[in-house]
Order: sequence, then C-alpha cells, then structure tokens
Amino acid sequence: MTLFIAALVSGIGLGAMYGLVALGFQITYSVCSRVNFAQGSMVMLGAVLGYVLSERAGLPVIVAYPLALAGCALMGIVVEFCLIRPFAMRNSDAWLMATVAGGILLDNVVLFTFGNEPRSLPSPLVETSWQIFGTGVYPQQILIPVVAIGLAFALQLLFRRTRQGRALLAVVQNPEAARLMGINTTAMISGSFALSSMLAGAAGLLIAPLLSVHSDMGTLFGIKAFAVAILGGMTSAWGVMLAGFLYGLVEAYVTTFLGSSYTYVVVFGMLIAVLAVKPNGLFGTAALRKV
Amino acid sequence: MPLRFPLSRRTLLAGAAAITFATTLPAQAQEDPVKIGLVAALSGQSAKSGEAITRGITLALDKINGEGGVLGRPLELVSRDDESNPGKGLIAARELVQREEVAALIGGLDTPVSLAIVPFANEAQVPFIGPWAAGTPITKNGAEQNYVFRVSAVDEFVDEAITEYLVSEYGAQKPGMILINNPWGESNEKGLMMALEKRGMEHAGVEKFESNDVDVVPQLTRLRENGADGLFLVANVAPSAQVVKSLDRMGWDVPIASHWGPAGGRFTELAGPGGEKVHFIQTFLFTDTAHPLFVKLQEMFPEIETLADVTPATGIANAYDATLLLAAAIEKAGSTEGPAIRQAMYEISGVEGVIKTYDTPFTPEDQDALGPEDYVFSQFVDGQIVPLTD
Repeated sequence: MTLFIAALVSGIGLGAMYGLVALGFQITYSVCSRVNFAQGSMVMLGAVLGYVLSERAGLPVIVAYPLALAGCALMGIVVEFCLIRPFAMRNSDAWLMATVAGGILLDNVVLFTFGNEPRSLPSPLVETSWQIFGTGVYPQQILIPVVAIGLAFALQLLFRRTRQGRALLAVVQNPEAARLMGINTTAMISGSFALSSMLAGAAGLLIAPLLSVHSDMGTLFGIKAFAVAILGGMTSAWGVMLAGFLYGLVEAYVTTFLGSSYTYVVVFGMLIAVLAVKPNGLFGTAALRKV
Repeated sequence: MPLRFPLSRRTLLAGAAAITFATTLPAQAQEDPVKIGLVAALSGQSAKSGEAITRGITLALDKINGEGGVLGRPLELVSRDDESNPGKGLIAARELVQREEVAALIGGLDTPVSLAIVPFANEAQVPFIGPWAAGTPITKNGAEQNYVFRVSAVDEFVDEAITEYLVSEYGAQKPGMILINNPWGESNEKGLMMALEKRGMEHAGVEKFESNDVDVVPQLTRLRENGADGLFLVANVAPSAQVVKSLDRMGWDVPIASHWGPAGGRFTELAGPGGEKVHFIQTFLFTDTAHPLFVKLQEMFPEIETLADVTPATGIANAYDATLLLAAAIEKAGSTEGPAIRQAMYEISGVEGVIKTYDTPFTPEDQDALGPEDYVFSQFVDGQIVPLTD
C-alpha cells in the first residue's frame, strides 16, 4: 500500500511537469507544425533566471519569477525568429537541427555565465513534508499539478474567449484563410513560441526547488516531454496533459514495482507499442496530408 | 645628398633576434627544467577538480624547487585540458610526451579519461600517476610493465571500507544500494557485491538513478520495503543531494555510507540539513586554518579565504603527495628516463607527504600508495567537511 501511494504521488508530480513542458510542444505544433527542440533548455532558462533574479539580484519572488517568465517568452521569440523562420520560409526542415543546436548553445552559454556548480533554489514549500499513508509529500509536489492543470484551463480560456486566442485558432485551422482575413499570422506564430517557452520556463521554476539549478537540468525533461507530446497526439492540449500524467505514473510504477533498471526499457517500449497501434498518439487525430 | 642608413625590416628583425638570443643565453647556461605533464579537466563541469590538482602540484613544485629541484634541475608543470573527454585526454598525453618530452604524466578526476591514457603510458614507458580517478582497473591494468601509479582512493577499497563502516558502526545486515546509472556506479556495484559476498551478507536491492532524476522516492521505497537497514550511495554532488531530499521527504532515517561524491563545495546547500547525515570517505581533510599546507595555499592563492574554499581538499593533498613521490623517484633514478623512474618508484621510502609518510608506497603487485587504512570518514557540518570523530 505504501509502495502504491508513494508511486502515485511521485507519478502525478512528475507527470504534471512532463505535461506542462509537452504542452509547449503542442501549442507551436498546432499553430505552425513546428516545435522548438530546445524546450528542455527553456525549462533550464526559467529556473536559472528565477535563481539569478531572486537569489543574486535579491528581487522578491513576486517580481523575479514573472520577469524570469518574460525572459523565457523573449527567448521563445528569438528562437522562432532566428532558428525557425529563416528555414520555414525556404520550406527547409533544417529548423529541426537549428533548434537542437540552439538548445546546446544556450546550455553552454549558461554554463559559462552561471557557473558549473549546481545551486539550490529555496522554496518554503519544500521545507517540511506532509506524511500521507506512510509516504511523504512536499507541498510543492501538490502545487505542480494544480498549477499545470490551472495553466491548461487558462490556455483553453485564452483560445476560446479572447480575440487573440480565436485568431490563433484560426491560424491553426487554416493559415492561408486566416491571413486573408487580416490576421497577422507571423505575429501569431511568434506569439505561440513565446507562450510555449513561457510554459517550459514555468515548469522550470516549479521543478527547481525539488531539483537543483544547473545548465543541463532541462535536457532529460525536454526529451521526455517530447515523448509525452507524441504520445498525447500533438494536436490535443488535454490529450497531451493526460499523456503527461500517464507517462509520469507509468514511470513511477515501473520503477517501484519492477526496479529502476527496467524503467526506460519498459516506458519507451510501451511508447513504441502505443504508437504502433495508434500512430497519431492516444488522443490525436489523423492529419490530412494534401498532396 | 644625405647619407641614409635605411632601417629595413630585415635589420630590425635581426636586431630583435639578437637581443632575444642574448637575453635567453644565461638561462640556456643553466640546466633545462624537468617537465611534468598534467592532463586533467580544466574546463567544464569538473573544472574545480583540475583547479584543486593544479594547486596541489604547484605547492609541491614550490617546495621541491625551493630545495634545489631534482637532479639539480628545476621541476616545471605543463598542463593540458582534457575537458573530461577520453579522446582529448589521450591526444593531450601524447602531445605532452612526444613534443614537450615530459618525464612523467599526472592525471585528473575522470576514470574514463585515465583509462584511455593507461595503454599509451605503458607503451611509451612514461610513468603516469593518478591523484584522483578511483576506477580500479586504472592501476590494475594487466600490463606486464605497468607504468601507472596512484595516490588516491580506489573503488574496490572504498567499497570494502564503506561496507565495513556500515557493518561495524551500524550493525547493518541487509544494506541496499542506490547508485548513479553510469560506469562509475557499475564499477562500485561490483565492488560492493564482492565486499558483501566476502561477509556472507545479502543486500536489499541495487537501485540506479539518473543524474537529473527529480524524484528518487520510488527506488528508495523499494529498498525500504525490502528491509534495507543501511544505504550505499555512489553519485556526484547534485544527484547525491536528490537522494537525500527524497529520503527526507519519505521521513526515512537510515545510515548512509557514501563514496566521495558528495564532497563538492555545496552539498548541504543542495541537499538541505539532511545532507549532514551522509557519511563519506576522504583521503585527506583540513581541520583547521593553521595547517601549514593551508597557510601555504592561502599565500599562493589569495582567493582562498576559508576552509570551505578548498573543498574537497582530497584533490589538493593527493596531487601534492603524488608530485613529491614522483620527484623522489626521479632523484633516486638519477635520470628522467621512464624505465629508470618506474624502477625507482618501487625503491623510494620515507617520503614525507601531507597525508602520511610513505615507506615503500609502491610494489609491482600494488601500485596504489593509499589503502583503506588511509581513508577518513567524514561528513558536512555547516558547509564544511569535517572528520567523523567516533
């Protein structure tokens, strides 16, 4: 029973983080069929900026964290402008490699400027743990799924209720028509990358107190989150979020009941099996390919 | 028509060359220095280790050269960065031997880099001394003419020492292992298994984790459910901190005996107060600022202010002693030829290092100068590494 509950708590916490980062992949993919493979580095950037602004510059958290998120958004715009747009305009797929390279570049710039020693981002929510059913939970671990689901709802509202959101949806449905209707598609695509990076940055700020802040903290997250986005079906926001929870839970349960040596074998084996049966992911819909 | 002495570029160059030659002449008259090559991580994640080794060697060279050098010649350090990359380390070692003509090589933190240099050192017949990397096969490399020596901890002995520690200090009967998922973790899994087998003990499981894993609770819960009454921890600073945080969250208070991974500067900042519960091995510790070597360190490196600035001191002390042993061997050999130095390594005795006085530190059967009896169990208290007193 303890094992079961412990795995449940770990799984939901991890799953929410994967889902949040994966949501970033989903947003840009829906809007322009492209993703930022440096998403893992955006997770790191959020945490590093948060640390530098709050711990080194001494700003209060309520100022520092929004600034950190704004920094991530700005970086998202830069990535789209420098690493995606030039290739997209020429119909080249090189943006794929360009964003991977951009991520490595960012990791190394942070390594040189931030330093190579991992640092700790304090949070009052990890100081004491609550004991539930024989296992401990940090309040921070509860906060993560709450914020993740909250953000997913907020995105939903943004898309359905605001003018910009509807415009974004219009771009998703038919970019050509949207442009003819006077929607600035370029700005919309740019905005989607800003939003995507901001979500990753938020995930970084949420994870940092549980982990430590260093230049390659996001790498593994980026890879897992991409797997989650594929699993969830790339096109459905709630699908991606659900896939995140599913992935986190499977990972935690496999580790708990089979042992950590099997975690990646089983998790990625299952991922391949799922994609073999449902090539568009668990919740995705088949895209029409116009020839 | 005025007489002109055109200062052509050629004349200028010739003049400059003449001046240069003239100024180097007195130096040429003296003996050439004996060069020692260092191949270590001077940049990247492990740069701090390279810095510690460099400091240790620099202190030793200062002492040796102050006393007249070796064979009447000064010792000189030539450093190369391996960036923790085995390929780059091997290239650097080759360049140092073939172009710089170093008399011996000193290695760095990373076991894979050292393992890449070992065959080359044996083949080129150049003594290679490790002041840090603990991988067992570095010195036990099976070469008939083994040129590899070490003044550091050895995985095999560390595993034996931490097993003994858990058994004798805490009466552990069924310890569990939580190891980083890389060759270092793997190497220690073997060593720990051997140590447990020797005592006819069983284990509560072997769990691995990644260096970026946020949550190690599932692995640890398994070990707890299997009845682990002690933990072996093998991982670097940040991942070790993740284990401690997960233990804290579970509210599981269990004795932890660890390899020297946590001995980076900021372990307790990352792990929180629970980090003080981790007991790990070191080969050397500064216990107070009045230690003569620490005073020397501060003199030569003014950026060092407190004991916390030289964590881990292990790298400095190992490199310091390694350099002294090497210098003694060169002096004894009466030559800078590899085979002669190697032979002399087996003959030196009574060399006073900072860790201990070395009497016959090396034999052809055991090319490791330090053994389990030299390990100090220690813990973090207020951000400083202190020896365990009991």
